[in-house]
Amino acid sequence: MLRRARRDAATPTRRSAHLSYVLLVPAVLVLLAAMGYPLARQVVLSLQEYGLAQQFGQPPEWVGLDNFQQLATDAYLWQVIGRSLAFCLAVAGLTMVIGTALAVLMTHISRAARLPLHVALLLAWAMPHLASLTVWQWLFDSQYGVINWLLVRLGFDEFAGHSWLIEPLSFFVVAAVVVTWMSVPFVAFSVYAGLTQVPGELHEAGAIDGASARRRFWLITVPLIKPVLLIVGLLQIIWDLKVFTQIFVLQDAGGITRDTNLIGTYIYRLGIGQGQFGMASAASIFILLVTVLLSLAYVRLLAREEGL
Amino acid sequence: MTGLVTSTARRRSYSVLAVVLALLWAFPVYWMINSSLLPYNRIRGAEPTFWPLDGGFDAYGRAFDSGFFAALRVSAMVTAVTIGVALLFAFFAALAVSRFRFRGRTSFIITVLVVQMIPVEGLFISQYKMLEGWQLLNSVAGLSLLYIATVVPFTIWLLRGFIAGVPFELEEAALVDGCTRIQAFFRVTLPLLAPGLAASGVFGFVQAWNEFALALVVMSRPENRTLPLWLRTFTEANRADDWAGIMAGSVLIAVPVLIFFLFVQRRMASGLVTGAVKG
Repeated sequence: MLRRARRDAATPTRRSAHLSYVLLVPAVLVLLAAMGYPLARQVVLSLQEYGLAQQFGQPPEWVGLDNFQQLATDAYLWQVIGRSLAFCLAVAGLTMVIGTALAVLMTHISRAARLPLHVALLLAWAMPHLASLTVWQWLFDSQYGVINWLLVRLGFDEFAGHSWLIEPLSFFVVAAVVVTWMSVPFVAFSVYAGLTQVPGELHEAGAIDGASARRRFWLITVPLIKPVLLIVGLLQIIWDLKVFTQIFVLQDAGGITRDTNLIGTYIYRLGIGQGQFGMASAASIFILLVTVLLSLAYVRLLAREEGL
Repeated sequence: MTGLVTSTARRRSYSVLAVVLALLWAFPVYWMINSSLLPYNRIRGAEPTFWPLDGGFDAYGRAFDSGFFAALRVSAMVTAVTIGVALLFAFFAALAVSRFRFRGRTSFIITVLVVQMIPVEGLFISQYKMLEGWQLLNSVAGLSLLYIATVVPFTIWLLRGFIAGVPFELEEAALVDGCTRIQAFFRVTLPLLAPGLAASGVFGFVQAWNEFALALVVMSRPENRTLPLWLRTFTEANRADDWAGIMAGSVLIAVPVLIFFLFVQRRMASGLVTGAVKG
C-alpha cells in the first residue's frame, strides 16, 4: 500500500486528477442537493419569522437572531435539552458497560456457547427499529404484557395492569431498555474484535509476574483496546442523541408528549406539527452543531487509527 | 487470549451464563414470532402462551388485508432506487478516493465521514421545505433523494476499503498483458469487488427499508406509506384488540432484513470501527 501511495504521489498525471474529479461529481451533487442546499436553507429559515402565515403565502420576514433568542430564553427547551443529554449519557454509559462485559464474557466461554450468544445479539442488532419498538410495546403491554406478568409472579403485585408509558420516568425506563437492547450488539462485537487482537502472551507474562485476573484486565487489556472503546463510545453518544424514532413511536403508545419530548421529537412537533419552521430550524442548527463537533472528534480518533 | 488462564469449571459456568443471556437477548424476537402465530383467546389469556403449539397463520392474513401490499410496493420502489443510484455514485467516488491522489482528497474523506454522522432531526425541517418547494413531497423520487444522500457517505467509506484491498498490481499485470485500462478494470478489478458491492447493497437495502423519520416527514398521504409507516398506523388501529396481527406485521417487515443482515454483519461492524481494510 505504502509503495503504491508513494508511486502515485510521484506521478500525479493531470489526466488522472481530472478523472478523479469527474468520478466525484455524482456523489457530490447528490450530497449538495439533499444536504448542502437544505443546510443553507435552514440557516436562512432560522433567521426568519416563518410560521403558518408564511406557509399560506405571506412572505417571510427577516428577524435576525430573534428565533435563537426566543429559544434560549425558553425554559421548556432547556428542559428538553437537559433531558436529551441525561438520556443520551445514561443510555450510552449503560450500553458501553453491558456491551464490554458481554465482549469480555465471549472470550471466556466455549465455542459452543459463543454461537448462540452471537446469533442472539445479531438478531437484536438486525431487527428494524419499527419492528423492535412494536414488540417492546407488546412486551410492556399493561394488561397482557409478559413483563408485567413476570413481575407479578415475582411478587410485585403493584405491576398488575401497570401502564409503563403514561408516566415520564417509567416511559424513559422503557425507552432506555429498548435503545440499550438494540445498541449493545454493536458494542459487544466491536469490543470483542478488539479483545481478540490482544496477544495471549501478554496475559501469560502478567500471570507469571503474579498479577490477578482483574489487574491483568485493567493493566493489559483495557489500555490495548482503549482506541476501540473510545471510538465506539463516541459513536454511542452521537447515536443516542438522535433517538427520534424510538421516542416518537413510544409516545404514540403513551400519549404524553410534553413531558417526554427529547430534542428530535421537539423539533418535529415544533416544525412539522405546529408549522413553526423558523423556530424549528433554529433548534435544528443547535443539534447539528453538537453532532458535527462530536463527529469531528470521532473522525480524529479514526484518523489516528487509520493514518488517513 | 485470557481464555488461556480460565479454569475449566469457571469456563463452564461462564458458558452457562452466556447461554442464559443469549436467550434473554433473543426473547423479544422469539416473542414477536410466537405472538404472531397465536389465536385471539391465547394471546389475551390470563397466562401468556410460550409455545405456539395450536397456532396458525390467520394473523398474517389480517396484516395482508390492511394495506400491507400497497406499502410494500412503495418501500420496494424507494429501496430499489436508493440501492441502484447510491451504489453507482458511491462506487465512482470510492474509486476516485482509493485509486487516485488528488488535491482535496483528505478533506473529501473527512467531509464524507462527518456527513455520515448528521442526524435526521438536524435537517429534516428544511429538507421538508425543500421537497415541498420542488413538488416532491409524497413522491418516491423525493424520499429516494434523501435516502441516497444518507446512504452514499457510508457506502463510499465501505467501498473504499474494498477497492484498496484489491492490489493495484493485478490491474497493472493485465495492462502488461495487453488489456486496455477499461478492460483491466472490468475483467480483473470489478469481479474482485463483488463481495464489497454486495455488502454495500445490503447496507443500502437495510437503510431504505427500515428508515422511519424521513418517511414520516415526506410521505404524509396514506397511499404513499412505506412499510415502517404502515406498521405504525396498523399498530395504532389494532393496539386494543389484535396484537397477533401487529406482531405478524412486524415479522413481515423484519424477516427480509434479518436474512440479509446475517450475510454482511462482519463487514458493517469492521467498516464502522476501522474502515474495513486499511488503504
